[in-house]
Amino acid sequence: MILVFVEHDGLLPSRSSLEALTVAGRLAGSTGVPLEAILFGQDAAVVAVGLGAAGVATALTLSHESLDEYAPAAWGRSLGSLAAERGATVVLAAGSDRGNEVLAYASAMADAAMAANCTEITPGEPFLVTRQRWGGSLLEDARLDGSPRFLTIAEHAVEPETATAPTSVELIAVRPEPTAADLRVRVVGRVPPKAGLVSLADARVVVGGGRGVGADGFGQIEELAVLLGGAVGVSRVVTSAGWRPHAEQVGQTGTRIAPDLYIACGISGAIQHIVGCKAAKSILAINTDRDAPMMSKASYAVIGDLHQVVPAISAEIRRVTGR
Amino acid sequence: MNVLVCVKRVPETGGRVTLTDDAQDIDTRFLGFTVSPHEECAVEEAVRIVGANGGAATVLTLGPEAATDQLRDAMAIGMDRAILLETDGRDWDPVATAAAIVDAVRAETEAGTTYDLLLFGNEAADSGDYQVAIRVAVALGLPCISGVKSLEIHDGVATARREAAGGWEVFEVPLPAVVSVREGINLPRYPSVPGRLRAKKKEIARSVPAPRPSGPTKLRLRLPAEQERSVEILGTGAEAAPAVVELLVRLGLVSA
Ligand SMILES: Cc1cc2nc3c(=O)[nH]c(=O)nc-3n(C[C@H](O)[C@H](O)[C@H](O)COP(=O)(O)OP(=O)(O)OC[C@H]3O[C@@H](n4cnc5c(N)ncnc54)[C@H](O)[C@@H]3O)c2cc1C
Ligand SMILES: Nc1ncnc2c1ncn2[C@@H]1O[C@H](COP(=O)(O)O)[C@@H](O)[C@H]1O
Repeated sequence: MILVFVEHDGLLPSRSSLEALTVAGRLAGSTGVPLEAILFGQDAAVVAVGLGAAGVATALTLSHESLDEYAPAAWGRSLGSLAAERGATVVLAAGSDRGNEVLAYASAMADAAMAANCTEITPGEPFLVTRQRWGGSLLEDARLDGSPRFLTIAEHAVEPETATAPTSVELIAVRPEPTAADLRVRVVGRVPPKAGLVSLADARVVVGGGRGVGADGFGQIEELAVLLGGAVGVSRVVTSAGWRPHAEQVGQTGTRIAPDLYIACGISGAIQHIVGCKAAKSILAINTDRDAPMMSKASYAVIGDLHQVVPAISAEIRRVTGR
Repeated sequence: MNVLVCVKRVPETGGRVTLTDDAQDIDTRFLGFTVSPHEECAVEEAVRIVGANGGAATVLTLGPEAATDQLRDAMAIGMDRAILLETDGRDWDPVATAAAIVDAVRAETEAGTTYDLLLFGNEAADSGDYQVAIRVAVALGLPCISGVKSLEIHDGVATARREAAGGWEVFEVPLPAVVSVREGINLPRYPSVPGRLRAKKKEIARSVPAPRPSGPTKLRLRLPAEQERSVEILGTGAEAAPAVVELLVRLGLVSA
């Protein structure tokens, strides 16, 4: 049996959990074993009934007043013990914050290995995985031992698919018994997102600025971003220097963006920056150096000093739109 | 208040990565080394916490002798002492790494130093295993908060926030505790020249842990397949602006 930890918002599974279910479904199909899901929270059953489309045969729903809110250690404990009880051979989750965290607990408690952010799985003996390093700019082929095998699926590694043979889901409600020690770690409060802001992760256009912009040049970057109704993104050099807040950093240790267009001004294109913007549909690079690595990732480029090019673009937009 | 920070030496790769012939590692012949930005922030956070509460801040790494450079960097911005768990330089898997860190923490306790707070990066820059901090916490029976971007310590309680769905989740745990942090929690200071000089004189305790491979077992590294792209040069300098705006109109981002 393959057991998948499914994250949800009370109505639907998360996109990355659907991706993980897609990989798990293929694995279950090729190895001829059933696919089971585990969901936490009061509304777990509501979400679970819909998982037949993903090929889930059995869904374990866990609800308990003290772990309906996210409690990673307690969730990991329940996941690990159900996996052992039901004889799971593979335990799988999305390579999301929660997926990686809950599986790290479950595998640590089972004293088993865990492979984070896998992009491919080759079952059998040995059991092989390909996983992401350096935020996805490098891949590692690895062997994963132990029983069960714990692994997470890198976000965006596959498109979510519906199963070829949809199933009707058998629901099993399990009453967890969390320990006080595990419940030390749980969400005790929430701060909702600020309304009305174009978030960097969701923006259709991102105007990016790097070292080439300089401490005093961000007015020009902001102006272009505002004209395009987009967001400002920056490189780590910029946040480390304190020119802009870290919330605007794009990359391995910042935000991953996926706009229609990323305008990268004075950014060289280090691998750690590229992993944050490679999901952009196209990139326009503005750089004095035509050999900058960013050029090989870009669809379009302007060679030149951004301090001249960027204001000229803003002026041209104003002229064309009459603003 | 004693704080331990765990950091990992990694190559400072720039625009391109090349692998060694046996595909076991990144070719580092022409590269410098650093630690993850998350870990730099963990070091800064420890220095601030000890500055505000008293006590001592210790930095630990499992790695080759050369990783003393990264320990000195951390001491240059204010960590008081360092621990090197020396290896032959080959990668250790996350299970083995966590076990060696746990042994080191227990040895410290026996020698009379107990830690109130163990700080980690949310994930290592190179291997990105997303688990060492949690394994250490589980082995030591401590609570662990991951991915933290704001941390406050009051009366033996750590209150931490992390980002979730555009907003924040708040956690509260009693000390001693494990916390893994993300870049953005603070803005690390740059080391000063006197800081660097002081760091040279600070103590580095060394030991050689016995390897105990567990998993996952690295077989080889690969570069992901590159999408072939040809870049269209729209022009040079300010004269390129009309061509850029034509492109923006074509992409539906500007309506003329
Ligand atoms: C573990 C790790 C994680 C990291 N995570 C991130 C991350 O999340 N995000 C990130 O961005 N970086 C990250 N980095 C840092 C990364 O390696 C690079 O150092 C950084 O991205 C470089 O920023 P930059 O392109 O602005 O600066 P540089 O590399 O210095 O490039 C500046 C560019 O500007 C151009 N330029 C200069 N002047 C002008 C001008 N007047 N007009 C036009 N062009 C000009 C230059 O030709 C050059 O191409 C990480 C590094 C490590 C080791
Ligand atoms: N070799 C190491 N030496 C010291 N700390 C480490 C080492 N490897 C990982 N860590 C710590 O564990 C965190 C998470 O690593 P990982 O689980 O491998 O992604 C890192 O950010 C470090 O704080």
